Amino acid sequence: MSGALTLAGLRKSFGAAEIIRGVDLEIEDGERHAIIGPNGAGKSTLYNLISGRFPPSAGRVHLYDTDITDKKAFDINRLGLTRSFQVTNIFARMSVLDNVRCGCLYALGHRYAWWKLVGRLQDVNEQTASILRDIGLWEKRELPAGLLSYADQRALELGIAIAGGANVILLDEPTAGMSHSEVEQAVSLIRRISEGKTLLIVEHDMGVVFDLADRISVLVYGEIIATGTPSEIRASAAVQEAYLGTGAS
Amino acid sequence: MLIGRLTPWIAGAAALIALPHVFSSGFALTLMSQIGLLIVFALAYNMLLGQGGMLSFGHAVYFGLAGYFTVHYLNFIYEEQVPYIPVTLIPLFGGLVGLFFGILIGYVSTRRAGTTFAMISLGFGEMVTALTLVLVAIFNGEDGIQADRVLGEELFGITYGPNIEVYYLIAGWCLVCTLAMFLLTRTPFGRISNAVRDNPERVEFIGYSSQRIRWLAFSLSSFFAGIAGALHAVNIEHVGFEQVSVIQSGLVLFMVYIGGTATFVGPIIGATLLYFLQSTLTGVTEAWVLYLGVLFVGVIMFFPGGLAGLIAMHQPIWRVRARLLAPLLIPYSRFLAALIVCVLGCIGLIEMLYFRSSRLSTETELVIYGVESDPFSAGPWFIFVAAAAIGAFAVRKTYPSAVSAWNTAIADARARPPG
Repeated sequence: MSGALTLAGLRKSFGAAEIIRGVDLEIEDGERHAIIGPNGAGKSTLYNLISGRFPPSAGRVHLYDTDITDKKAFDINRLGLTRSFQVTNIFARMSVLDNVRCGCLYALGHRYAWWKLVGRLQDVNEQTASILRDIGLWEKRELPAGLLSYADQRALELGIAIAGGANVILLDEPTAGMSHSEVEQAVSLIRRISEGKTLLIVEHDMGVVFDLADRISVLVYGEIIATGTPSEIRASAAVQEAYLGTGAS
Repeated sequence: MLIGRLTPWIAGAAALIALPHVFSSGFALTLMSQIGLLIVFALAYNMLLGQGGMLSFGHAVYFGLAGYFTVHYLNFIYEEQVPYIPVTLIPLFGGLVGLFFGILIGYVSTRRAGTTFAMISLGFGEMVTALTLVLVAIFNGEDGIQADRVLGEELFGITYGPNIEVYYLIAGWCLVCTLAMFLLTRTPFGRISNAVRDNPERVEFIGYSSQRIRWLAFSLSSFFAGIAGALHAVNIEHVGFEQVSVIQSGLVLFMVYIGGTATFVGPIIGATLLYFLQSTLTGVTEAWVLYLGVLFVGVIMFFPGGLAGLIAMHQPIWRVRARLLAPLLIPYSRFLAALIVCVLGCIGLIEMLYFRSSRLSTETELVIYGVESDPFSAGPWFIFVAAAAIGAFAVRKTYPSAVSAWNTAIADARARPPG
């Protein structure tokens, strides 16, 4: 059995600039895997290649046994891979509830239906309610999403991503810009929602990474220079030199 | 709860039934019939603009083509060349025509959103208008096509000879279509359509093809536009290139925008107001199109939510307690009075300018507000300039207090517990 997500020889160039320079990585089913690396290392680009936002220049991506390299973003999502965005990417004029509800609809089989009323879809509304409570936005469900505070919008971003119940979850800096207490809440939320699922997380906050991840990969200039358990990564001389520096926390 | 939700619909139906008994003149009947079908068209258009975020400059194509097909079909029925469809159901035929062209053209035009979509819609609008003028055998050029809607008795002896029967036909279809389009906003399709409007990229990552949603919205919208077009054909018994033209497309855009795109009732308000103004003012003033343009620009600049948006702004206040609206009364009426003075002054000036510059005018005297005004003497100019200037000054003076009154009221409403 191959892993949940397998990247083989993945490359991406924009013009002459090669941003991803041959990434091989296997994420095991059920693990929490973090990707760290300095700014501009290509972490978000890597996410965009996996989730189908744009196609790689070379290499393959497999979700379990399915080759998803050339599939469109919505097809990949339907196969059970979801992602969040580094820059909050929500439906600003719709209510918080509708934001999450939209995330559930396709996965629960309602697709493009124009003959059913959303208010009557028991499965959707139950799932939406449980996610809203999970992300702590139940009280604010009637507000337009664009009026939420930054931290609440980050929580909603996460809520939309997980609403469909996808098995493989890619989170892009979910705690960016949060205060210390908000980060703690976010981490426990992420831990809860990724229970029994496969999680890939890009994160700058090393506390979060070492707290959450089963394994860590270090991406530097488009290449993975090390993959291992948190303690292995901490001990790795190459990582120390290339990324963490001497004064790493 | 169900009764509460049904109330507006029952009230609407009652109003539609009662209206012709209140306004029973022939002019009023035709006016109300035309407004009824324009409401359907405007709501269909708002499925694109307000619900789906697609700005179309060519939606009259589906309205007009359905109209053309409908007059042809009526004529073919008359000549017994096609299966008989009762006139009562002919709007459905128009809807299917709209749907057909919506699916066809939509497949191409909804591949992209934003500016590209708008430009393609404009292109198709011009193209179809040109075709109606070129393909004389089918569209009969600038003359358009006549039809006779009276094809014999239908249920309950209805012949659609008298205008009142056509009014009720249109009112019935208007109600059904409005309800259908309202319910559509509450389906998975409707909600995802809103999501595509807000953020087409994100939609792709929750399993949806934004292109597919736009195509579906476009096709369904064309279906309702087609129903409106068929009703137009039945009401006027004539369809010409004006009905597919960019002017008609622009008019529906104006209606929807002035009424307000963000609420469901906006297009209903816009279609009613604009068509009422158009049909009453075109006889009174030559400058009607200019006023329409100024109104449109004014709404876009100062009330981007449209008229319905203005009403919706106050909803959180009366929801808590209607009495909280009372302090708004004085500042609002001050502002409104100032605005009216300013507008009346400007209208006077425009009318005099028009009168002086139009050489074709056969009238020898200009009557403004029931008073004979000589545009070649200084007196009226002085009065209207003064009214415009004083009005404009007063508008500037009274506007801040109107705004702050609203701010206070909304803060009051928020501070109170609901219920």
